[in-house]
Amino acid sequence: MQIRPILSTLRHHKLTALMLTLQVAFTCAIVCNVVFMVAQRVQRISVPTGIAEDEVSAIHSTGIEKGENAQARQTADLAALRAVPGVRFAAAVSYSLPLDRSESSSGICPSKQALDRAMQLNTIEGSGCMEPAGYDGTPGLLATLGLHLVAGRDFLPDDYVDKGKPAVAIVTRALAQKMYPGQPALGQSMYDGDHFIRIVGIVDTLLRPAPRKPGLDGDSIIWPQRPEGPGVLYVLRSAPRDRQRVLGAAEAALLKANPDRIINPGQMQTYTEIRRAYFQRDTTMIGLLVASALGLLFVTALGIAGLANFWVQQRRRSIGIRRAIGATRSDILRYFQAENFLIVSAGVLLGTLLAVALNLLLMSHYELPRLPLWYLPVGALALWVLGQLSVLAPALRAAAVPPVVATRSV
Amino acid sequence: MLAYYLDLALRSLRRSPVLTGLMVLAIGLGIGASMTMITVLHVMTDDPLPGRSARLYTPHLDPLPLDYKRHEGSPDPADDMTWPDAMALLKAHRAVRQAAMSGGSLLLRPARADLHPLYVSGRYATAEFFPMFGVPFERGGGWSAADDATGSSVVVLADALARKLFGTSDAVGQTVRLGEHDFRVIGVTADWAPKPLFYADQTGNQYSDADLFFLPLSVAMGQKFPVSGNQSAWGKGESPSLTSANMSWLQFWVQLDTPAQVAAYRQYLVDYSAQQKALGRFQRPPTNAKLYGLMGWLAHENLVPGDVDLQLWLALGFLFVCMLNIVALLLAKFLRRSGEISVRRALGARRRDIFVQFGIESALIGVAGGVLGLGIAQLGLWSIRQRPDDYARLAQMDLSMLLGTVVLAVLASMLAGLLPAWRACRVQPALQLKGG
Repeated sequence: MQIRPILSTLRHHKLTALMLTLQVAFTCAIVCNVVFMVAQRVQRISVPTGIAEDEVSAIHSTGIEKGENAQARQTADLAALRAVPGVRFAAAVSYSLPLDRSESSSGICPSKQALDRAMQLNTIEGSGCMEPAGYDGTPGLLATLGLHLVAGRDFLPDDYVDKGKPAVAIVTRALAQKMYPGQPALGQSMYDGDHFIRIVGIVDTLLRPAPRKPGLDGDSIIWPQRPEGPGVLYVLRSAPRDRQRVLGAAEAALLKANPDRIINPGQMQTYTEIRRAYFQRDTTMIGLLVASALGLLFVTALGIAGLANFWVQQRRRSIGIRRAIGATRSDILRYFQAENFLIVSAGVLLGTLLAVALNLLLMSHYELPRLPLWYLPVGALALWVLGQLSVLAPALRAAAVPPVVATRSV
Repeated sequence: MLAYYLDLALRSLRRSPVLTGLMVLAIGLGIGASMTMITVLHVMTDDPLPGRSARLYTPHLDPLPLDYKRHEGSPDPADDMTWPDAMALLKAHRAVRQAAMSGGSLLLRPARADLHPLYVSGRYATAEFFPMFGVPFERGGGWSAADDATGSSVVVLADALARKLFGTSDAVGQTVRLGEHDFRVIGVTADWAPKPLFYADQTGNQYSDADLFFLPLSVAMGQKFPVSGNQSAWGKGESPSLTSANMSWLQFWVQLDTPAQVAAYRQYLVDYSAQQKALGRFQRPPTNAKLYGLMGWLAHENLVPGDVDLQLWLALGFLFVCMLNIVALLLAKFLRRSGEISVRRALGARRRDIFVQFGIESALIGVAGGVLGLGIAQLGLWSIRQRPDDYARLAQMDLSMLLGTVVLAVLASMLAGLLPAWRACRVQPALQLKGG
């Protein structure tokens, strides 16, 4: 394949070819970054919570009877819920589950010395102290959520308190490793400012209710503390397909046990719905990003095909002459393909630089990480393929031009 | 002459319908995508109280100790006000109007047997809330400063809640049981829900929340009603309460009608801070006191999510690529007609005539693309409204946006046609005639 004649033809269409090159370049730059953003969001929304997500559902109840004994009410409610067919485990928590936003967190230190250090620094950063999200609940919470205990034990009945601070806690593996780097965390005593808390168990993963940033999202602590107050979130575990039915039956059972309560229909959800609600914005954004990337590629393909079509029409006569002096159909086909390859290559080259520049711009404005370099060759490849596909139809039409055209005047 | 060019343009466009279609589609897609995002941004940055917002200000003091360290991602306690400061500002009465307020959610037990108890969210406020924000009333009115002082158990209901509780009958004079306490209804507001709910604490969904009731702040304090929103405490010592000097939770707004009043109030805030510093309560420089205008406050709160911003840039990038596409196609198209141009030039057409002719052709494509873009934008907005995000329901196109779409489309395609038209009018007549 001779490149020189293609280049000299393109020189006649300098501006047009330049425009197409620019279009390919901007498409390449934008699409690379958009795909990267989509990948980021997909990674974000697929963060594991550590609980048996497809078996859990939750229903919130607020007692409105004055002076009610909340603990007694909870015990009766839980008994009624466990009697619902299909419910395998049930527990009550005061409000939070992973990804439901309502988070209560407090500072906790591996030792009294660490606390003193934090007081001196006037910040927990760098002191060894952490600010984990706290979860509480009635006995059976671990089984209800389906948490994996990797060391130690579940809480014993004596561990539970109704009011005041418990003496023991279960922490996540991530928190344990950060609090006691290089040493076993099980059995250690953490210090919260006025009393010591012994770690009796370690669970694999438990995401916080309101994740902040990757390094801190797994820092959770479970207290053997029964929820107090009139508002309680009942957590149920059942077979995945039973969840909707179980929720309906649970509402009926709760209202039957005591009608003097408010069950907000918006807080009667399977865990799948809780998760979906939390990542609503991200899924919207993923949809928009994908749509705009596809739109861009589509417009670029249109541009390539439209222009190629045009050039084929314009060069019918010269194609006929080439055919008449011995060029084969595949020569003509390859000519257009090579021409497209040249334009797209120039575009991709420029596009790669633009992609990196755009990424730097986005990094400074939207806290986006650096674009991994392997996106660039993949993006280039995608645009080459797109270019070849879009030019195929016009190129085939060019190849079909009969040599006899050469003898006709236009 | 114009009609002739229009006719020429139409002829030319009809001669290559596929290419014309491609260009219209490209500009339609670009315009549709960008107008969808511009509309979303437009409704989100809209003035929540047109005509009144320019006179509304929110004062901000800085009572935080010098060694206060804010956690990453946590709200700034100085964005809200402490009880003692709010009461001092209220009592000083240095603005035309002023009110302190806070959100709250209360249990409501309807008198009607067919209604279940429910939680409703509303606002605890002081008397001038209503005249200051210009809250319209369907019936009755707000309460007086005397009611604030004596702690009268009065309530103003939003029309939606009044209708739910009392149907078509007059709610004023009726009794409502909120949080185990009886309130006499003295007013029903007409449909009023500023978007965003600028005076609310930033922790809520300011695009979907609305206040269903309003009652005196003094009563809420007396009844120890729960307060919603961010409550930040600092410093050491006993656990803070709502009346503590080291806990911020209240919002405060003032009305100032003239620049002189604004300047005077700003000075008053600095003086107040200096006085508090002299008393040993404030530690930071008195000049830290700020007075935000309503729109400035919205900008400070950064209510528009970064995502929406990003989407707008993306859409504009999209439009730009579409324009490049059209430039390339128009260039090819116009230059192919070099022969025709040469003939017209040889027959005496000036460069300007050629330029106008091709400009009109570009504009025609722009108008068609704009109409298509309008349809695509409506489709885009419709799909956004299907999303459950709190701002999604607002995504509606108004008349100005509608006109904007068409203008943007025509401008974009004229701009895109500029280079090709200029190239076309540069064609040398003699050269082309010989070659052709």
